[in-house]
Amino acid sequence: MHPVASLAVVTDTTTADHAAPWEHEGYEMVVGLEVHVELDTATKLFSASPHRFGDEPNTNIDPVTLGLPGALPVLNRAAVEQAMRLGMALNCTIQRSTFARKNYFYPDMPKAYQISQYDEPICVDGWLDIADGSRIEIERAHLEEDTGKSTHVGGAGGRIHGSEHSLIDFNRAGIPLVEIVSRPDMRSPEQAREYVSELRAILIAVGASDAKMEEGSMRVDANVSVRRPGAELGTRCEIKNLNSVRSVGRAIDYEARRQVAMLDVGDAVRQETRHWDENDGRTHTLRSKEDADDYRYFLEPDLVVVDPDAAWIDSVRASLPMLPAARRQQLAAAVGMEPDSEAVRVVVDRGQDNYVLAVGAADGDAARAIVHVKEAYAEAGDVPPVPAGDLAELTKMETAGEITATQAKEILTVLVDNDGGDPRAIAADKGFEAMDTSELEAMVDAAIEAQPDAWAKFCAGEKKAAGALVGAVMKASKGQADGKAVNILLNQKRTQ
Amino acid sequence: MSDIAPPTLDLRAATIAVRVRAGELSAAQVVDDYLAAIDAHETDVHAFNLVLTDEARARAAAVDDAVAAGDDVGPLAGVPVALKDNMCTRGVPTTCSSKILEGWRPPYDATIVDRLRDAGAVVIGKTNLDEFAMGSSTENSAFGRTNNPLDVTRVPGGSSGGSAASVAAGFAPLALGSDTGGSIRQPAALCGVVGVKPTYGAVSRLGLVAFASSLDQIGPFAHDVADAALVLEAISGHDPGDSTSIDQGPLELTTVLEHGVDGMRIGRITDLPEGADPDVVERVDQAFAALADAGATIIDVSVPAFGYGLTAYYLIAPAEASSNLARYDGVRFGMRAEAPDTNAMYIATRTEGFGAEVKRRIMLGTYALSAGYYDAYYGRALKVRRRIAQDFAAAYAQVDALVMPASPSVAFRAGDKTADPMSMYLCDTYTIPANLTGEPAMSVPFGTGADGLPVGVQIITPALHDARMFQVAAELERRAPAS
Repeated sequence: MHPVASLAVVTDTTTADHAAPWEHEGYEMVVGLEVHVELDTATKLFSASPHRFGDEPNTNIDPVTLGLPGALPVLNRAAVEQAMRLGMALNCTIQRSTFARKNYFYPDMPKAYQISQYDEPICVDGWLDIADGSRIEIERAHLEEDTGKSTHVGGAGGRIHGSEHSLIDFNRAGIPLVEIVSRPDMRSPEQAREYVSELRAILIAVGASDAKMEEGSMRVDANVSVRRPGAELGTRCEIKNLNSVRSVGRAIDYEARRQVAMLDVGDAVRQETRHWDENDGRTHTLRSKEDADDYRYFLEPDLVVVDPDAAWIDSVRASLPMLPAARRQQLAAAVGMEPDSEAVRVVVDRGQDNYVLAVGAADGDAARAIVHVKEAYAEAGDVPPVPAGDLAELTKMETAGEITATQAKEILTVLVDNDGGDPRAIAADKGFEAMDTSELEAMVDAAIEAQPDAWAKFCAGEKKAAGALVGAVMKASKGQADGKAVNILLNQKRTQ
Repeated sequence: MSDIAPPTLDLRAATIAVRVRAGELSAAQVVDDYLAAIDAHETDVHAFNLVLTDEARARAAAVDDAVAAGDDVGPLAGVPVALKDNMCTRGVPTTCSSKILEGWRPPYDATIVDRLRDAGAVVIGKTNLDEFAMGSSTENSAFGRTNNPLDVTRVPGGSSGGSAASVAAGFAPLALGSDTGGSIRQPAALCGVVGVKPTYGAVSRLGLVAFASSLDQIGPFAHDVADAALVLEAISGHDPGDSTSIDQGPLELTTVLEHGVDGMRIGRITDLPEGADPDVVERVDQAFAALADAGATIIDVSVPAFGYGLTAYYLIAPAEASSNLARYDGVRFGMRAEAPDTNAMYIATRTEGFGAEVKRRIMLGTYALSAGYYDAYYGRALKVRRRIAQDFAAAYAQVDALVMPASPSVAFRAGDKTADPMSMYLCDTYTIPANLTGEPAMSVPFGTGADGLPVGVQIITPALHDARMFQVAAELERRAPAS
């Protein structure tokens, strides 16, 4: 490998921050997550109304959505397939499943019951491996319908209490959801964040959901308790309204500390549902266990058993794409980085890994390409507009020492702005010419001669002193010199 | 039929359809004759919540035009059909005889309405019922009770009393009802007409306002078995809009009516719950004798769990009803009571909108499903339901069909049972098990009992064997006593 290339890649060594296990006053936290995900389907779970975000309120509705008398649900096969896909991606068993009615009154719940899988969910007993190597077990993933959306007008902070009236949009009612329930296997906010991030990446990769937390297509509830290590599970509280990965970490940390503080003064933790307030950074009581609704679940008599046969399961399994963990492995091997490194994670999360691999396949330098893609393609989408062959050509020029890293970035900007182009022509346009090694060496010698003090310091081991010398060469070359090549020459001369 | 004049038209649906198709009789004339009959006697009977005079005339004219144009107008061409008012009709009020649906016009037709239209039938009106189909006398209607056309001091049975009465009174040759625990068969028996609850899933429930979804089934009333078969063929068959609809074509019934019962094994249940009046028991015994004469073998069978059906039903049906009726909250359709906040609005709407029997069943059902009571009530009722199905299956190893009373008594006097819900519930003792098992069951008039009022004999066969049931029914009809 060319020496310059090896310098280029070692700059990216950042890996996800695996903090020490959470511990506070001798307690550990125990966290399980319930993640609601809107499935990517054309229509609703039980009717033909479109599943679309952002339409005019109450336009994607029909008798089933509104729960009109006489309307009957018909299960959307595509939603079942999506649930199967995500279940398989989470290593779950796909089983015979049924739907139940969860009965409660609320204006945005049109039938006054939610149709949800209850004691026989479609996906059970899976797991998800997170970055620190821990395996988080998945208890179940079940299908259910979303509710409508209430907007409370006139009250403080959009809450129903004190509001003058409420507006209801039923566009969301009946949107297919899957609730993914983990076992209480997480012990720190970092693990919870990593679980959510990895789950999100998997959902996107298999096409089950766009998993946009900011749009509410992925919503997280956390069950948090604390205990002395090795002791029985403590009383848990469920935290609602976690709509970013950051909130998940903050809320869990706050809640565990709150519980420890209660136990420390001899109070007992009450089982309750709590609301995370992003603004004040605290959780607040929503309702206690005693106030919990009795949902009076029973088997939904308007639907029949969903029992996917082996052929259906096999065909869905065969359609699953490579999952993020495997893609990170593949990309890492191609670019010579760790699977856990930031560049690999970012590029796979963006779905740009195939593009980087394509650059490598076009005889480009994948290691250089991943750095360019990570930095220049943040907004580019999963299939960047610059043809892989053009970026391959650019990395080849860099590797051959024909252009400097700085020049490469400039050329890439032009390529991105024009959806591709010939990097050599752009380099020629800009007057970037490969500098002859002897020419560069002459400039380095001139700089050493002009600044003997700096050279002496550099030779004495003061690495910063190189800056003045490199700067002089850059000035003399009008920016055409490769800073890294200059550094190499300086080091060579010092040891000669 | 002492104080009611005979029907204006004494034709069977099958005859009307044949003659309308042949151009011998205009659908407009048929509808006008039936409308005239309604006009003359509806005040005494009160079978209808709504008579669709204009719509029926327009529809009949369209049928006549189609006949004139040479189109195939279907097996029910020009036949007026009365619909129980818990079946959705597009743009036409559908009330379930409840105040809570005041002002609601469904934006869609029930599947059976589409199928009737495709068959050339003319919907002539929406008939009265016990509110949300909860009752056995059609006295629990927010719009007043329906009277039995054979004796207007008596009830027509229920909950499909308006539909049964409309056929018995000659207001329509056919009517549709819904049967959750006997709501077609019992009023058919009390009004002296044929009433059929087909196999669960044979007729789409889409557009039928739900009472108890796992039990509800739509079926016909007719003057004879052949007419019932004709309309049931037209409305049955798979509907992708109802997930519980059986994935098969329409029932084939009209072709089996002459097949007889020679060699058939007919079961007499030895441990049937007591309580049937002697006049009813006598007619049922005669029915067994008639079937034996026709070549059937009468075999005694035991269905030990039969008698537990009533108890199980009065947990399962209210449980489902408590959930099905929760949507009537005043938010999106129907009546809304004014109140200062949402919760108060819910309570006021439901308090004013629902009648006493509906409230009683919502409370029963809510209780049966509640945490801490589920296992003892709803859960146990489901076990009884399974047990009854097992007992029936065991009986069918020995027999092809079961025969028993449809109702423990002939039509009773209005007001006789309204003060005592249990006595009213007992009307369904013999009809409920077939709802719990999903099996087809029907009532055929078989002579008269006390006060010259009709007795209905019930036939039950295994699920999907509706045709065999019709075979037995047709034989009983041929051998029915003159009075």
